[in-house]
Amino acid sequence: MTPTYYLLLSALLFAIGAVGVLVRRNAIVVFMCVELMLNAVNLTLVTFARINGGLDGQVMAFFVMVVAAAEVVVGLAIIMSIFRTRRSASVDDTNLLKY
Amino acid sequence: MTWLLVLILLPLVGAIVLSGLRGDDKLATRVALGFGILELLLIIPLWASYRPGGPRLQQTTSMDWIPGFGIHLSFGMDGIALVMIAVIALLVPIVIGALSSTDKLPEGRSAGGFLSLILVQQALTIAVFAATDVFLFYVLFEIMLIPMYFLIGGYGGANRQYAAVKFFLYSFLGGLIMLASAIGAYSLASDKLGQGTFDWATLVTVVRDAPASTQIWLFLGFFLAFAIKAPLVPLHTWLPDAAGQAPIGVAVLLVGVLDKVGTFGFLRYCIPMFPEASKTLAPLVLVLAVLGVLYGSILAAGQTDMKRFIAYVSIAHFGFIALGIFSFPTSGSETETLSSEPAMVGSVSYMLNHSLATGMLIVVVGMIVRRGGSTRISDYGGMAKVTPVLGGMLLIAGLSTLSLPGTNSFISEFLVLLGSFTTRPVYAILATIGMVLAAAYVLWLYQRVMQGPVRGDAMLGAGGGPGTAIAPELGAKKGIRDLGGKEIAVLAPLVVLIIGLGVYPKPVLDTITPSVQATLSSVVQQGGK
Amino acid sequence: MTASSWLLVAFPALGALILLVGGKRTNGWGHLLGCATVVLSFVYGVVLFFGTTGEDAANRVTDTKLFSWIPVDALQVDFGLRIDPLSVTFVLLITGVGALIHFYSIGYMSHDAERRKFFAYLNLFVASMLVLVLGNSFVTLYLGWEGVGLASYLLIGFWQERPAAATAAKKAFLMNRVGDVGLAIAIFLMWKYVGSTGYTEVFAAVGNMPAGVVTAIGLLLLLGACGKSGQFPLQAWLPDAMEGPTPVSALIHAATMVTAGVYLVARSNPIFNETADARLVVTLVGAVTLLIGCVIGCAYDDIKKVLAYSTVSQIGYMMLAVGLGPFGYALGIMHLLTHGFFKAGLFLGAGSVMHAMNDEVDMRKFGGLWRKMPITFVTFGLGYLALIGFPFLSGYFSKDAIIEAAFGQEGWKGWVFGLAAMLGAALTAFYMTRLVLMTFFGKARWKDIKSSDGRDFHPHESPSSMTVPMIVLAIGSVGAGAFFALGDRLSEWLAPSLGPLEEFEHTVIPHAAIPWLTVALSALGVLVAWLVVGRRDTPVERPENVSFPVRAARKDLYGNALNETLVARPGTWLSRALVYVDNRGVDGVVNGIAAGLGGGSGRLRRMQTGFVRSYALSMLGGSFLIIAALLLVRFS
Repeated sequence: MTPTYYLLLSALLFAIGAVGVLVRRNAIVVFMCVELMLNAVNLTLVTFARINGGLDGQVMAFFVMVVAAAEVVVGLAIIMSIFRTRRSASVDDTNLLKY
Repeated sequence: MTWLLVLILLPLVGAIVLSGLRGDDKLATRVALGFGILELLLIIPLWASYRPGGPRLQQTTSMDWIPGFGIHLSFGMDGIALVMIAVIALLVPIVIGALSSTDKLPEGRSAGGFLSLILVQQALTIAVFAATDVFLFYVLFEIMLIPMYFLIGGYGGANRQYAAVKFFLYSFLGGLIMLASAIGAYSLASDKLGQGTFDWATLVTVVRDAPASTQIWLFLGFFLAFAIKAPLVPLHTWLPDAAGQAPIGVAVLLVGVLDKVGTFGFLRYCIPMFPEASKTLAPLVLVLAVLGVLYGSILAAGQTDMKRFIAYVSIAHFGFIALGIFSFPTSGSETETLSSEPAMVGSVSYMLNHSLATGMLIVVVGMIVRRGGSTRISDYGGMAKVTPVLGGMLLIAGLSTLSLPGTNSFISEFLVLLGSFTTRPVYAILATIGMVLAAAYVLWLYQRVMQGPVRGDAMLGAGGGPGTAIAPELGAKKGIRDLGGKEIAVLAPLVVLIIGLGVYPKPVLDTITPSVQATLSSVVQQGGK
Repeated sequence: MTASSWLLVAFPALGALILLVGGKRTNGWGHLLGCATVVLSFVYGVVLFFGTTGEDAANRVTDTKLFSWIPVDALQVDFGLRIDPLSVTFVLLITGVGALIHFYSIGYMSHDAERRKFFAYLNLFVASMLVLVLGNSFVTLYLGWEGVGLASYLLIGFWQERPAAATAAKKAFLMNRVGDVGLAIAIFLMWKYVGSTGYTEVFAAVGNMPAGVVTAIGLLLLLGACGKSGQFPLQAWLPDAMEGPTPVSALIHAATMVTAGVYLVARSNPIFNETADARLVVTLVGAVTLLIGCVIGCAYDDIKKVLAYSTVSQIGYMMLAVGLGPFGYALGIMHLLTHGFFKAGLFLGAGSVMHAMNDEVDMRKFGGLWRKMPITFVTFGLGYLALIGFPFLSGYFSKDAIIEAAFGQEGWKGWVFGLAAMLGAALTAFYMTRLVLMTFFGKARWKDIKSSDGRDFHPHESPSSMTVPMIVLAIGSVGAGAFFALGDRLSEWLAPSLGPLEEFEHTVIPHAAIPWLTVALSALGVLVAWLVVGRRDTPVERPENVSFPVRAARKDLYGNALNETLVARPGTWLSRALVYVDNRGVDGVVNGIAAGLGGGSGRLRRMQTGFVRSYALSMLGGSFLIIAALLLVRFS
């Protein structure tokens, strides 16, 4: 069983996530796509940990998960408050911070 | 604790005290004046402690600052620095004393804030002249811009923001290039000594032996910073804007003291550290210097605004100073060295005398502007009939500006031209044309403002149309008063010094001559090898 | 005794200081103090004079160092005074004539509210002039040299509310400054080649200097002298200087300051002795100037301007004399002294006339004044006779000696200079006779007209404070020449300073004929003047349809026009052009860079769209680029 498939899978997941971030407008979906990218990275980390026979990658994956969880908390809260004030969760509506 | 450190710290204490006195302008002015005069009195022990025959740097102190890079908080002074420090200590109380009779601060600004910035500026400027660590000098050179930026930008004329930003950017740019050169010198030292240092005395001995090509690049870095500061043509255009927009007191400090950091830098850093490069590039500097003399003079004659006029006059004078500094002989011949020595001594005394003459000129112009409410020359005429004492003061300041013998500036200009004539006769002869031009622009200004029929425009507000002649009595009636006792008291020390140092300049010349000899020998010995 | 010679300078300097600092408080007694200080100096000068005559001829030169003025290692300029026959002579002239003119000013300026200031400036002038003649180095001389320039500036512009006065003052100072540059560069040359600026050291070293340098120093000193003495080509300021009060014209612009150039050349005689070329130029300048002055003097109707051009031309004589070197130094100084008497007297007389005529200066409005002002007429007349060289009056002795010495030159020089000097004498006789005829004789033209401010003229004799100085000066005009010339008194007295007066071997025309010829030519000038002016009535309005020479002379032989087109106008133009270049060009580059940067960032700013995904895309692109770069480095 070669690790290549795992890596291919994670690359695929990352690409889906990246495209999702770029093309989708709904903030929740964009957010989910970010999570998808993070998890793709986690998968890579675990795979390499397995290949190298060390624990570093797995530990790193845990850290990523913790950070992702924290991010979800803050991010969803922000999206919620934006939705409450604007009645919309589209990322294109919140473009005030520009030139 | 040396006297020098006391002099640096005292104004800072004053600034802290003043920042708590924002409500009461009168009290703040008195307290600031007290600090200024105390500082001036402290010059007496400092001057008394200086031994002209002693070591190059005196009153030295040193503390570790960033030991890893060999950076120290070290201060000391030679005769040149001493004279400049004395000038600052003299000008600050005059500026504070003249505040009420020259400037109206913008609405909502307190005198306390203004004066505490002035005192901070004083402390930093003294520290710049006293710094003997190249990195420390750089840091102070840049920090010094901050209070000046706020002084121009916060308290100046209508176009003050533009002037302040322009001033800051110009100087800051020069400073950064100087930093690059300083780091270059540092790495030369670390190659040679195995351990880098920014100590000036050590760097001088190391860097001066570097190959000429390296020296030239490092020299140019320092030179650019100082040429912007001193302003040499064509890097001068920030000065007319800054001096034109700054409040009178700030303009005095800017033109009188801050700009001297540039010429001081030539003497302290450019020449001793990079003697080979100085010799190679001296003709370039001399061309800029003579250009400055002629260009500044001709432009001064064409100005329509009194404050910009003074800025261009200063540019011409800085040309003279640079001429004197860079006319050292390029061969090591002893007679030439001896006979060109007056040029550099003249330049250093010019730094002092220009501060006195121009300082007085600016303050007098401030008093004129306070009365007439306009800085445009064409708004005035015949003022000497209404205000004879003010007219006399303008004439004295003007005569010193045009270097009339018997005034202080004559000694300097004479020495500069006499000394530079022995090594660089062509440049010196071209610069003497500046003497004639100086008479032309000063006397023309005096004629337009003070002589002729008494004129109405600025002096009486809407009283008369342009060019209307009015009776002298009417001027007095409308509140154009001659100088009062307080205003005369502010100007009197300057008048006494202008004439006193013109008749008996020996104390000053004796103080600076040994330091100049040391500077000159650093470049000439090299040639003897 | 000579050690306290600084007192000479100190008295008037102190007077000026007290009067200027004291301000209005000294109005009541300021004029008295002003006179007293000069009288004190004069008395002390007399004491010094007798002290010096008491010495042997060899010991008559003493230098006194007062203090170290500009010490810079090798350069040691001391403030020192030299008492020698030449300087003592000048001290007596300056303080003597000065004191008389101070007295005169008490009356002349009595109606002026700022009389106190006038005396302060006069004292300042006397002090500076004394520094000029007493200094024992060229730098000290330079101090006095510019000091008198300042005093002259202040006094010409004394009535500063008049634009013409202010402009004339500025012009005088500027043209002097041009000359001063020459003097300054001469001092630089001395420092470079001698290493000192003191008279003793420089004169001792003249022999060892390269000949070219000595000539250069001589010519540069001459430039300084031309500026101060109103010599060609820097003569234009002196007639304008007549805008000042008349006592000023008498003291500064006739008797003392304008002769400083002659003093400079005479004082530097060891330098000029070494350089025949520079001497020749001095003589040429003198000859040209004396003719220019005479010609223009014939055309003016302004009494003071005629006298001013007469001064220009008489100083031309002096320059011509000192340019002859050892043949002429003492003659130049002698003419300077006699001229000091009669020209000061003439100016004071003119002032007296103006005082009587509501400050009118146009001679066409005078006429027949001799009845009304007998004292003025007699003293003026004596000065006039002295000036035109009436036999045995002072001008006769001093001017004739110069003309003879000019003819004493060899070859073409003798002819040119001699004839120029002789022609000048004839012209002098013409214009001075014209002046006297128009002013004192003929119909009283002032009866039918009014002054410019609408008052009638009531000519009257001046108060005694004015007439007494005129009388004293008239006595000097009569007797001084004989006193100086007979027995070579003056030239022997001055020999320690100027070297002995050399006698020329032969003259290009017979020696004995020269005085006769000169007197005859002068008489011819008088006769022509009487034929032209005296025989018929002078029109009050100036005739305008005149021949070309008269028109040219009325325009100062186009000297001012030349200055205007060559210097003043291009200067103004250049200044304006450069202001434009500085604002638009030099500052334009700076502001252009700033504007370019600002504009550039304005464009770049547009990339911040506010859309999250565009930022995300750029991040993604950036990451790809970085990774690609890493891979490229790794695998290539």
